[in-house]
Amino acid sequence: MMHDDHDHDHTSDGHGHHHGHSHEPGHVHPPQKDHDASPMSAYEVLEEAVRTLLVEKGVMTADEIAAQIDLMDSRTPSLGAKVIARAWTDSAFKARLLADTKAALLEMNIDIGTLAEFRTIENTADTHNVVVCTLCSCYPKLLLGIPPAWYKSLAYRSRVVVDPRGVLAEFGVHVSGGTEVRVHDSTADLRYLILPRRPAGTEGWSEDRLTALVTRDAMIGTAIPEVDHKAAAE
Amino acid sequence: MSAHARIATRFTIGDRVVVANRTTLGHCRTPWYLRGRTGTVAEVQGGYHDPERLAYHKPGLPMQVLYKVRFLQSDLWRAYQGPASDHLEADIYESWLELAP
Repeated sequence: MMHDDHDHDHTSDGHGHHHGHSHEPGHVHPPQKDHDASPMSAYEVLEEAVRTLLVEKGVMTADEIAAQIDLMDSRTPSLGAKVIARAWTDSAFKARLLADTKAALLEMNIDIGTLAEFRTIENTADTHNVVVCTLCSCYPKLLLGIPPAWYKSLAYRSRVVVDPRGVLAEFGVHVSGGTEVRVHDSTADLRYLILPRRPAGTEGWSEDRLTALVTRDAMIGTAIPEVDHKAAAE
Repeated sequence: MSAHARIATRFTIGDRVVVANRTTLGHCRTPWYLRGRTGTVAEVQGGYHDPERLAYHKPGLPMQVLYKVRFLQSDLWRAYQGPASDHLEADIYESWLELAP
């Protein structure tokens, strides 16, 4: 997009502009480009063509597509964190989650549909688990939402299977030699959710308080939930 | 495509299996780095529609049994630096597996 023909609203774009945006000489834009600043890629053109045809031919409606996008947007790591916190505080629920993840999620009104099956894998003192999809980007999307960009990167997908301890160390996770590291390559119909270990010092915490400790990466296996003892004491 | 089915299985938990070292034209779900490698069946995941047929708009039949196969990292990578107890697991369809000699 040319600088002199844009018409978007600069007051809410987070760029920190508080002036009237009068295009005074010397005005410098921040380096972040608009989302549609570059030409569409071949795949973007293909997606738009197929989507438009599907709607025109009555295979699906624009409303159905919008509803599916809304559904995906409603799935975020915070939803997964609630599930983990429930498992930490309710051992019967944890047993059900490990035995039949889909049914346990339904108890919490989370429906993951029928496109893929989920398995929950528990980290223990003996085994630290980490998930990858070397073939593409399989991920428990219907629980955690869209995967992070690094999860889909060639670097993560190729390196974590060869040198999992090295990659985990780059994420700040240092697994001792006495603990097995187990990599799960989600090659087929199953999606893997990691149940991290509940941090020490959280005895008696409420589910809500525990939920805040569970990050997206902890449910992939590239982080370990920790209590910020300094902050907790304040 | 999911909703796994109970169908006859060729291998059971604990079997030592070899992943076929073959090439295939078109889509498949067997990573190159596991072809020709030996592992142990850790779980029998049930029957699933065959992705190699699904990918070409076929019904994915006959169904394939999917196995979770556990490999020792030191069997996969000659230069693996971690402890001997480190493993990697992947889900492999039955048509890619043979009993290890």
